[in-house]
Amino acid sequence: MAAVETTYRDALRQALIDAMQEDPSIFIIGEEVGRYGGAYGVTKGLLEMFGEARVIDTPISEAGLIGAAVGAAMTGSRPVAELMYVDFAGLVMDQMANQAAKSRYMFGGQTGVSMVLRTQGGTGRSAAAQHSQSLEAWFAHVPGLRVVMPATVNDAYHLLRMALKRPDPVIFIEHKGLYVRKGRMDAAKPDGEWGKAVVRRAGTDVTIIAYSKMVHESLAAAEALAEKGVEAEVIDLRTLNPLDDEAMFASVAKTGRAMIVSEAVMTGGFAAELSARISERCFDYLEEPVVRVAGEDIPIPVSPDLERAAVPDARLVAETGLWLVKRIAPSWAA
Amino acid sequence: MSSGGNRLLLDLYRTMRRIRTFEERVNELFVRGQSAGSMLHMSIGEESVAGVCKAMEPGDSFTTHHRGHGIFIARGADTKRMMAEIAGKEDGYCSGKGGSMHIADMRLGHLGANAIVGGGIPHVVGAGLSYRNRKLSHVSVAFFGDGAAQQGILYEAMNMAALWKLPVVFCCINNQYGMGTRIDRATANTNLHERALAFGLNGVTIDGRDVEEVHEAAERMINGARNGKPGFIALNCYRFFGHARLDKSPYRDPVEETEGRRKDAVANARAKLATASSAELDELDETVTREMNAAVDHAVAAAAPARDSMFRDVYAPREPQPRPLRQHLSGILGGH
Repeated sequence: MAAVETTYRDALRQALIDAMQEDPSIFIIGEEVGRYGGAYGVTKGLLEMFGEARVIDTPISEAGLIGAAVGAAMTGSRPVAELMYVDFAGLVMDQMANQAAKSRYMFGGQTGVSMVLRTQGGTGRSAAAQHSQSLEAWFAHVPGLRVVMPATVNDAYHLLRMALKRPDPVIFIEHKGLYVRKGRMDAAKPDGEWGKAVVRRAGTDVTIIAYSKMVHESLAAAEALAEKGVEAEVIDLRTLNPLDDEAMFASVAKTGRAMIVSEAVMTGGFAAELSARISERCFDYLEEPVVRVAGEDIPIPVSPDLERAAVPDARLVAETGLWLVKRIAPSWAA
Repeated sequence: MSSGGNRLLLDLYRTMRRIRTFEERVNELFVRGQSAGSMLHMSIGEESVAGVCKAMEPGDSFTTHHRGHGIFIARGADTKRMMAEIAGKEDGYCSGKGGSMHIADMRLGHLGANAIVGGGIPHVVGAGLSYRNRKLSHVSVAFFGDGAAQQGILYEAMNMAALWKLPVVFCCINNQYGMGTRIDRATANTNLHERALAFGLNGVTIDGRDVEEVHEAAERMINGARNGKPGFIALNCYRFFGHARLDKSPYRDPVEETEGRRKDAVANARAKLATASSAELDELDETVTREMNAAVDHAVAAAAPARDSMFRDVYAPREPQPRPLRQHLSGILGGH
């Protein structure tokens, strides 16, 4: 199949269609996934294609529906459970962290929980404090769960296809600000293997590590930096678990500088984990401290101006990069 | 019985006797410090759950709670491997990783014991969906206690099961206590099956003293579920001992405890059967005692799991595995 121009949303839908046609054990379960077509339209048309047994609209019972997915996965099905917003994680955390994640281990390897939890997070739609968070660290803190955060259209397709072949539970976190993003999708050619980071832009002066929407902010920042004579290498992690830390180490060993860009609040975030690993393993190569450019330690405000200011953007990343590499003070410190 | 007695009752009695004796031996194992962990919840007083298990078919699945030894035995568990698991040994059901509260056996349909109160309840809804989609005629039964009856997830699960007409049964073993809280201190309406009726399930409350009655009612609920109407069973009984081994239940009235222990399904069944042949029953009891003694001996003698097995089964084989701490430290400090 030739590469096509499409959107992140349509690539996700195509991944679901292709996977469901290939594997009859896959079904979708969630709130408004059928008749409504999904809160963000990802599952639109799937009810008509696959019928009510495979596209199951549920009552508003997040813990119950995710729990049902866990039980289905232990009895020969491969459910895709949709959690409408990652912010609702608090309602389902027992089923994900204590049930899905631990069943294989507690039961001595007798069963896996081959399910995908599709959800979405992030800012950009002025959805306020309970519908805009980046909670990947909650899931990444639980052994047994895989955590995936696609940035590109092609990854939206391929990482979801790969997730639907994994034997262990996968938390697949989309970004609400990326659904309408356009890009190239080649069903025959993934950007990289499962569990491997991809260098989205090569550079020699500083390594920028990002995932999900922050990859695009980082790439835009890298272009701005290039105009100032700084060549940034941008690494897209794609999966937080498995984590390709060797790709980070190799890049930082080359550049001697590392910036981690994450939309999540800084304290206790996944950026801290990345920073720790780089500091531990690249100590001898580092010319500067590892820097985190992360979300402010505040709830996400509804006002669009405040919302934009609460998370990093390309300008902030570029200014920080210039400070780190060239010692040029940024606008807010001048 | 040979004298034309009640074969079903004899069978149920044997199962209940096995549960009772197993739990007594587990208790001794704990007292001698030979069980793994500090958590141990005996199901003595709840043996008539054997009647529910007997009404299930091969291929049916189930989830249990932290007090689930008896249910698993009644569904065909190998008591040696069970005892070994409770002792945290290599050849236990879960290779010594789960223990008493997380025992499971996929081959017998045991989808897992759960130590989160109510945690395993929604799994049977998913099993029901699997059976429906795969055109299998199995039923999935969630076993839990009266404590879990106050958890919201039960109502999410019952609502979905009824809405989708799934082959699912909810079995609440009402031993009157959620840890130290008696049910009338936990809810205003203790007629638990009425809640199921409100959601559109079949529902029944049974006196657990009579295992034959339990079996009969369970058959009705399970057959209904197999034909598209999920059911709810409230099995009333009394927890003979404390919440866990070290709990002497000072919060209970001794008179209430004496009364409660009279509701003994095992003794009741034996009394019914003894009129036929008490010598045969004595022999049966002896056989059970030998089985459970052997289970204990096996568990005590069995090997502990190898240390490096701790990293196994976090993820599937051939998938990226956790990195052991010492390897991580060597990666940082080894080159210096």
